[in-house]
Amino acid sequence: MSAPHRMTSGANRVAGAGRLTPARTARFTFDGKQLTALEGDTLASALLANGIHLMGRSFKYHRPRGVLSAGAEEPNALMGVSRDAARYQPNVRASVQEVFDGMRANSQNRWPSLAFDVGAVNDALSPFLAAGFYYKTFMWPRAAWERLYEPNIRAAAGLGVAPTEPDPDRYASRYAHCDVLVVGGGVAGLSAALAAAESGVSVILCDEQAEMGGALHHEVGISINGEDGFEWAQKTARRLAFMDNVEVLTRTTAFGYYAQNFVGLTERVTDHLASPRSDQPRERLWQVRARRVILATGAIERHMVFPDNDRPGIMLASAARTFLNHYGVAVGSKVGVYAACDSAYEAAFDLKRAGIEIPVIVDTRDGPGEGLLSAAADLGIEVLTRHGVIATGGRLRVSSIRVRPIGSSDGGRKIAVDALIMSAGWTPAIHLFSQSRGKVTWDAENSRFLPGAYAQDCLSIGACNGTAGLQEIVEEALASGELMARATGAEDVPKLSVAVESRAEGRSQWTSGMAGAGEGAGADSAAKAFVDFQNDVTAKDIRLAVREGMHSIEHVKRFTTNGMATDQGKTSNMHGLAIAAETLGKSIPEVGLTTFRAPYTPVTFGAIVGHSRGALFDPVRKTALHECWETNGAIFEDVGQWKRAWYFPRVGEDMHQAVARECRTVRETAGLFDASTLGKIEVVGPDAAKFLDLMYTNAWSSLAPGRSKYGVMLREDGYIYDDGVVGRLAEDRFHVTTTTGGAPRVLHHMEDYLQTEFPDLDVWLTSITEQWAVIAVQGPKAREIIAPFVEGIDMSDEAMPHMSVREGVICGVPTRLFRMSFTGERGFEVNVPADYARSVFEALWERAEAMGACLYGTETMHVLRAEKGYIIVGQDTDGTVTPHDAGLSWAISKKKPDFVGIAGLRRSDLVRTDRKQLVGLTTKDPRIVLDEGAQIVADPNEKIPMTMLGHVTSSYWSDNCGRSIALAVVAGGRERIGQTLYVPMPDRTIEVEVTSTVFFDKEGGRLNG
Amino acid sequence: MLLIHCPYCAEERPEIEFRHAGEAHIARPDAMADLSEEAFQGYFFIRDNRKGEVFERWRHIHGCGRFFNAVRNTITDKFLATYEAGKPKPDLDALKAQKGTSA
Amino acid sequence: MDSPVGMERIHPLQNRRGASAHVGLTPAPPAIRIALRAGGDALSALSMAIGLDLPRAPKTAVVNGDGDRSVLWLGPDEWLLIDDGENGEAADLLARLAETGVLHSAVDVSHRNTAIMVTGEAAASVLAAGCPQDLSLKAFPVNACSRTVLGKIEVVIWRMADDMFRVECWRSFSDYAFAFLSEAAKDVR
Repeated sequence: MSAPHRMTSGANRVAGAGRLTPARTARFTFDGKQLTALEGDTLASALLANGIHLMGRSFKYHRPRGVLSAGAEEPNALMGVSRDAARYQPNVRASVQEVFDGMRANSQNRWPSLAFDVGAVNDALSPFLAAGFYYKTFMWPRAAWERLYEPNIRAAAGLGVAPTEPDPDRYASRYAHCDVLVVGGGVAGLSAALAAAESGVSVILCDEQAEMGGALHHEVGISINGEDGFEWAQKTARRLAFMDNVEVLTRTTAFGYYAQNFVGLTERVTDHLASPRSDQPRERLWQVRARRVILATGAIERHMVFPDNDRPGIMLASAARTFLNHYGVAVGSKVGVYAACDSAYEAAFDLKRAGIEIPVIVDTRDGPGEGLLSAAADLGIEVLTRHGVIATGGRLRVSSIRVRPIGSSDGGRKIAVDALIMSAGWTPAIHLFSQSRGKVTWDAENSRFLPGAYAQDCLSIGACNGTAGLQEIVEEALASGELMARATGAEDVPKLSVAVESRAEGRSQWTSGMAGAGEGAGADSAAKAFVDFQNDVTAKDIRLAVREGMHSIEHVKRFTTNGMATDQGKTSNMHGLAIAAETLGKSIPEVGLTTFRAPYTPVTFGAIVGHSRGALFDPVRKTALHECWETNGAIFEDVGQWKRAWYFPRVGEDMHQAVARECRTVRETAGLFDASTLGKIEVVGPDAAKFLDLMYTNAWSSLAPGRSKYGVMLREDGYIYDDGVVGRLAEDRFHVTTTTGGAPRVLHHMEDYLQTEFPDLDVWLTSITEQWAVIAVQGPKAREIIAPFVEGIDMSDEAMPHMSVREGVICGVPTRLFRMSFTGERGFEVNVPADYARSVFEALWERAEAMGACLYGTETMHVLRAEKGYIIVGQDTDGTVTPHDAGLSWAISKKKPDFVGIAGLRRSDLVRTDRKQLVGLTTKDPRIVLDEGAQIVADPNEKIPMTMLGHVTSSYWSDNCGRSIALAVVAGGRERIGQTLYVPMPDRTIEVEVTSTVFFDKEGGRLNG
Repeated sequence: MLLIHCPYCAEERPEIEFRHAGEAHIARPDAMADLSEEAFQGYFFIRDNRKGEVFERWRHIHGCGRFFNAVRNTITDKFLATYEAGKPKPDLDALKAQKGTSA
Repeated sequence: MDSPVGMERIHPLQNRRGASAHVGLTPAPPAIRIALRAGGDALSALSMAIGLDLPRAPKTAVVNGDGDRSVLWLGPDEWLLIDDGENGEAADLLARLAETGVLHSAVDVSHRNTAIMVTGEAAASVLAAGCPQDLSLKAFPVNACSRTVLGKIEVVIWRMADDMFRVECWRSFSDYAFAFLSEAAKDVR
């Protein structure tokens, strides 16, 4: 047999092998070294083609590692991959990532280089680093944990390095609905999808690989409908994609199976492209609601557990087969085979036929399936049955194996190899089935868990269902497609048939095998026989965990971290379970499986966030007047999702000066303010007043149309929930206002009572928050400013006193004009339909400005209302403040038989006289402005912890008062008016006097002034 | 994300259109003003928080806006029934039997 | 539509346009909108008043013969009336409803909402970027309408034709809605 022909895209390409096109090359770097790949290569296949097996260092011991698999289960070959400075992704599986021209890949978890890694000293120290080491060692002395151990462990821990720049890519999301979702595009998935699709139902077919085909990537010698299996898969995928009722998604991983057939898929859109279009998202999250799901997720090959089974060059047999048959890459020139199942023989034969030397097949069993021994003999391959591999040699790549008969104790025979391929058998990929809450059953004959009882409307088919034999798989798949199509309403379901033929037919591919430790890695062995490569868990670690008392598999898992790495133990869980079971002296099903949780493979934060970043992270709500404030130089503050004008600095003014000026101007002349964000609810119906009587503490039935009133809303427990002014427009129509932040929850609260407690009331609620823009005009000249623009409303004090509401016209558009005040000045709130707000504002402002009025923002609004002692719900109250506490007892109707909160308010704890009550505070030094939230005490010399009487809720500099002012809740506060209390701060203690909550115009004459 | 059958919209809708609203069939006492503290506590604070089938309220807040009631199993998250607010509690055993046969 | 005194309505999405090869995004012209609430007894009288049969089936919109007025079922006692405003004002409609004398609530929300027209072959898939409902023609046929969710906001979606949706939202959310749809429109294949 002639030596394989070498090509430029890597010395280990095999001429005539694989499905890539030799002429299509892509250049990339690995740890700075320029290399050439072929289009369609994964990073792993390209590196192997270039003779590079050393791809990473293990997490804990920093042992040299190569690629184990050719798929998503990869535990070892994790790399940092970047396209440019901002597009850097750590922990990328080299076996999944496709190479694109210009890609840069870097190995991880090593320093200073992959070949020479200082951290590998951990390997020498490994006798001290067994499972549970961290739990036991760093317990003492206690104080050292925080200062010494944890920071150092954290610095050394972690896999890969997080990118430092913001992610420049876009991520898309899509909800999708279909009759049948088929997960997995191998022979089974494709056949099932075809059967369902041909009946006309809507189908989504997804597969995590770049091309459909599943196991056909490595399985050759299969013919389907008379053509090569892989070709059939591509043709079938194209045929499906062409159908209107089918969506075919490649590079798409079904990562989570949630309730009611809700399945999360991530589609990698651009990660394989050299130059993605700027409008392409990097990934697309599909949230699929499927009426039926067909799981055709295949099976995952297990490695053999034997001493030093982790050297680069040791990999799964199916991986070696994929690298050869799909990528045209020889994983070695002298490849040993270690098998506990038949499928490894097929790999050996394929490699041998491609001209690769196979020095030995070591089989733990008495013998393989029928025909395999003679086939091996025909190809000139030596087979050692009932043998095990007990040691391997080689530092950065395996160079030899040592084999001996099972049960013997001799040193064995050394065989030179430059790669070792292995198969302990196949683990059905029941991850999604299990996530769907299906119950697994134990197949003792083949040592595997299979889907048992289903919890949702889904079916497992093919290898993930333990179905063996191509013919059986196809028949099962077609039947499932037809069944699911019928279940979703298809009447005309054509009967499809797919003819298959396999060179390996009759040999059991997916069955038999072993789980657990092999020869030389038994209970008495001190060898490092890895179970979980990524987390460096050995067979010995699992036994140690059991010995130390971890008898539940969940405990073993957490103690050893077996299966807890980013690969989630796809190759290791069954081995770990088998070793634990053996040590415990129990059977595997008695020990049980650990829980399968989403995601199946890691999902990027980008995919989860989707469109919700930057400007779309959260809606930014602007009022209809926003541009007016912008034009006039407002600084804005965020109030929930709203942007509110905060203050309006003039040239040279800081915030303090601007607010002081605005506060003076409003009281001296007038000011205009945007009150649009306050919630508004129109309450309409003959029972409107009756309903409001129940929702608020106040009495509304007696309120005359045209008048308004301040209302207090409680929760049933008696605490203040919201407040606002309510105007009665007509007998059966109220205009209710709420706090800005309370708008949605107040409406919800009212709807709740209306629909479920008082459904017999004839009244309806409609949110009108955004129908009406509100320009508050406040100050002595308020009426003079708006009067010329108002038609049809008598605005005299007699006709329209404080707390009244009129409907009329302003600037030619409809208005609901409230006479009300949150400043203590004569004031109006001009409600106009929002689309007209800017025009109305411009007219009013032109006149107001000429009269010396100002624009003011939320800061001035806060100061002015505090000067008057008007509370802000949520600032001066916190959900534990009653109206009595807040000094609002006057707002509670004594006559009403019922309102929400009436019973709660009477609870003994709520009528205590020493409750925290709202009071004013003035500092002895009028220049000191207290910190909001500061605690208040009676005796500043009391030992810490002091008795805290309450805290400051609002605190401002009041230019109108010429001093600082504050509101506070203080235990028994109203009894303490006149007393001196103290506010201890880190740097000083501030002396304060308890006062009434009203600091300015105590008589309230200015409301009509 | 669950699918919840809205009895008013007469179809299943995605969970994010809904808001959970606590235990169902807790009637607000008529004579609230005369309620003893103990009775208030029972009405307002004390809930069963049962494992298994629960009667609970939902609101189709981003849909038809209606409150309605549901019977849901808190272990499986499966809904046994949803029904309009104000309707009596359905018979749990009958529901379970019915679901058992159809499943 | 002009105001009674010729004051022009300023659309919150004034001058906004968005489009890709497969989808168009256009602010809908200003309209009269009335939030109409009523029990079953009142429906025939109210239907008479507005010249349109209030739909009783969930998820259904009806349009009048001239195509200038429509009513969308939003809940068992809730409808959204949309009128293009060419033949009168909101006040006229409210008055006509009031004249029926039947028990109902009619509230002018013309300015509360605004709307975006999403048109083109990819309209449904653009909405599917943020709307969890099944928008296939089978599940959401022409003249289906529903209050639902789009990304992080509440909207009312009304399919006016195979390839045309009207997306109603509150005005302060229209910036978000438009930006969301524009972003989603980039992802149409």
